[in-house]
Amino acid sequence: MTKPRLIDRVPVVHQLRQSVGLQRGMLVAGLVLTGIFVLCAILAPLIAPYGFAQLSGPDGANFGAQQPPSAQHLLGTTVGGYDVLSRVIWGAQTALYVVIVAIVLSVFIGILLGLVSGYLGGWVDRTLVVVADAIYAFPTLLLAIVVAIAISGGQSGLWPGILAAAASITVVFIPQYFRVVRAEVVRIKAEAFVESAKVIGASTPRIMFRHVLRNSTRTLPLIVTLNASEAISTLAALGFLGFGIEPTAAAEWGYDLNKSISDVAAGIWWTAIPPGLAIVLTVLGITLIGESLNDLADPRLRARRRAKAQTPADAVAATQPASREMMGEVQ
Amino acid sequence: MTSNVAASSVAEPPPALEVTKSRSGGSSLGRYILVRFLLIIPTVLILVTLVFFLIRLTGDPITAALGGRLPADQLAERIHEAGYDRPIFVQYLEYLGRILTFDFGTTITDNQPVVQVIASYGTATLELVLYSLVVAFIVGIPLGLVAAALRDRWPDALLRVSAILFYATPVFFAGLVAKLIFGVWLGWLPVSGRASVRTELAIGRDGGTGIYLIDAIASGNPAYVQDVLLHAVLPALTLGLLTAGIFLRLVRTNVIGTYNMPYIDAARSRGVREGRLVRTHAYKPALIPIITVIGLQIALMLGGAVLTETTFEWKGLGFQLAAYLSSRDFVAVQGIVAMIAIIVAVTNFIVDIIAAFIDPRVRY
Repeated sequence: MTKPRLIDRVPVVHQLRQSVGLQRGMLVAGLVLTGIFVLCAILAPLIAPYGFAQLSGPDGANFGAQQPPSAQHLLGTTVGGYDVLSRVIWGAQTALYVVIVAIVLSVFIGILLGLVSGYLGGWVDRTLVVVADAIYAFPTLLLAIVVAIAISGGQSGLWPGILAAAASITVVFIPQYFRVVRAEVVRIKAEAFVESAKVIGASTPRIMFRHVLRNSTRTLPLIVTLNASEAISTLAALGFLGFGIEPTAAAEWGYDLNKSISDVAAGIWWTAIPPGLAIVLTVLGITLIGESLNDLADPRLRARRRAKAQTPADAVAATQPASREMMGEVQ
Repeated sequence: MTSNVAASSVAEPPPALEVTKSRSGGSSLGRYILVRFLLIIPTVLILVTLVFFLIRLTGDPITAALGGRLPADQLAERIHEAGYDRPIFVQYLEYLGRILTFDFGTTITDNQPVVQVIASYGTATLELVLYSLVVAFIVGIPLGLVAAALRDRWPDALLRVSAILFYATPVFFAGLVAKLIFGVWLGWLPVSGRASVRTELAIGRDGGTGIYLIDAIASGNPAYVQDVLLHAVLPALTLGLLTAGIFLRLVRTNVIGTYNMPYIDAARSRGVREGRLVRTHAYKPALIPIITVIGLQIALMLGGAVLTETTFEWKGLGFQLAAYLSSRDFVAVQGIVAMIAIIVAVTNFIVDIIAAFIDPRVRY
């Protein structure tokens, strides 16, 4: 068996080469949308016409509230007198911060708990499984609200707000990583190479982190992409219910949508549609990537390839489908 | 090879059952039901404990709700009266004891028992969730079967992309757009509330069930029935289509998985036509996992209902929860969330039992 070239082993590149037809279209569309989102987030200070909390132009005159789209304000102004387009672009930055913090925290904690629980077993394992199952079955949004209350007591500034939102999302995600990693660890624990490591006299932590951990993280990139899109939806939902970040501290799409409820009844569309579309396109982009990766990892769902030869990666994928039902993922 | 994978995946027990599997050695259905029933207790206990301590991290509920509005000495007096100045652990045990007698406390802002709040607003949420489930079933399951039967052809592609699009759209944004288009621009449908004021007064006069459709039918006036149904269209479609997208994807994946199993090959070699294979052979085993998912979906819908109800001013439990949240009445929030935890645990239990009756592979 020859080792695949390095470029083919980079996660997304390999899948891109593997995909055909509709699946390739979905993956490419997802990558493009996500790329735009990340670019907006990074370049927000350069491309946004105004600041997210700016109420007046360089000439000192106020923007005015609920102004329809014009040359100065391409998407009009909000009920609070902010420029809609600027807040949409800055909102990408807030969303990106929250996603990164939430994913890093939950992956780290979830893997650690899953590894310890699955490998050591015993009453710790049983307790953690029951706790994770209890949290898993609970409506995620309600749990996130309760955690947001606990951390910030409601509204807050930029970094406290981002940390609070990220932590609420983290609590919801930990059980998912925990379940997946634990299931893998329990399976790998029984393999011969773990036995031989024990016989050689390797310490328990060494076996856990060197031998077991490396082999039990295969499905994680998939869950990370799926969770990234869920994180953005949860952040927006928290903002919509008034648990977001204050408008002067950062731009947040959910908060802006909440403020636009009354505008909609009056027929004002420009305050509601842009932040909403931003959420839809971002979540859509990340979900398309996740869906494509999921389908490509599962030979039952992968579109038939034109090539005849199977790659070694296909053989692995064929024995280990990472279908989302198996991970208990239903969303 | 592929068919083995499919078989193991379809026979995989629902995740919630893993715990019982490892512990119960017996094989009878009765024992399974008992173990599942007993598992409700730790589930509810964990959630109630979690919610209690998380909410208490911010301090006592009276300061949270009334701080700044009352002078300091009155505030201290009320805190002392309610017992919030005692050690947190004593309060926790007392809270657990009261939950056992179904006493979830009294709201601070409007002084109502939480049980009363749940009883009077819960029916509205139940009505909304039922409508949405109907929409999700009617739309999601047949379309999922179509997508599976026409796999990788254009209808499948179209359906899958629209399912992802529905998933990507936050329920409150979908609601706002629907309000804007059908309520404001076209003027076809009412944009908020469960019924117009006149109807609400007329059908609520002699008590009633709280489920407006039943009350309206009982009143015998078709105008009221029409009014109630028109108000329900947008919220039910918004929440229902979101769930339909989830059902569609699940049905599609499961039917395709079942389709690759050996018994389908056997049926095909006997000369059964392709269309009939999907309709009668692959259909039923593929729908069993749906039952388990419905349980989890009801939990998710209770969360989604908070957003849908806020968007459409549908005066249900979620709308009320959002109102209590903004007035920082944490006793009410804690009570409603604890009640929802119980509902979720019991629903999951019922769903698991139904799945066990239908699918013999789940029993242990």
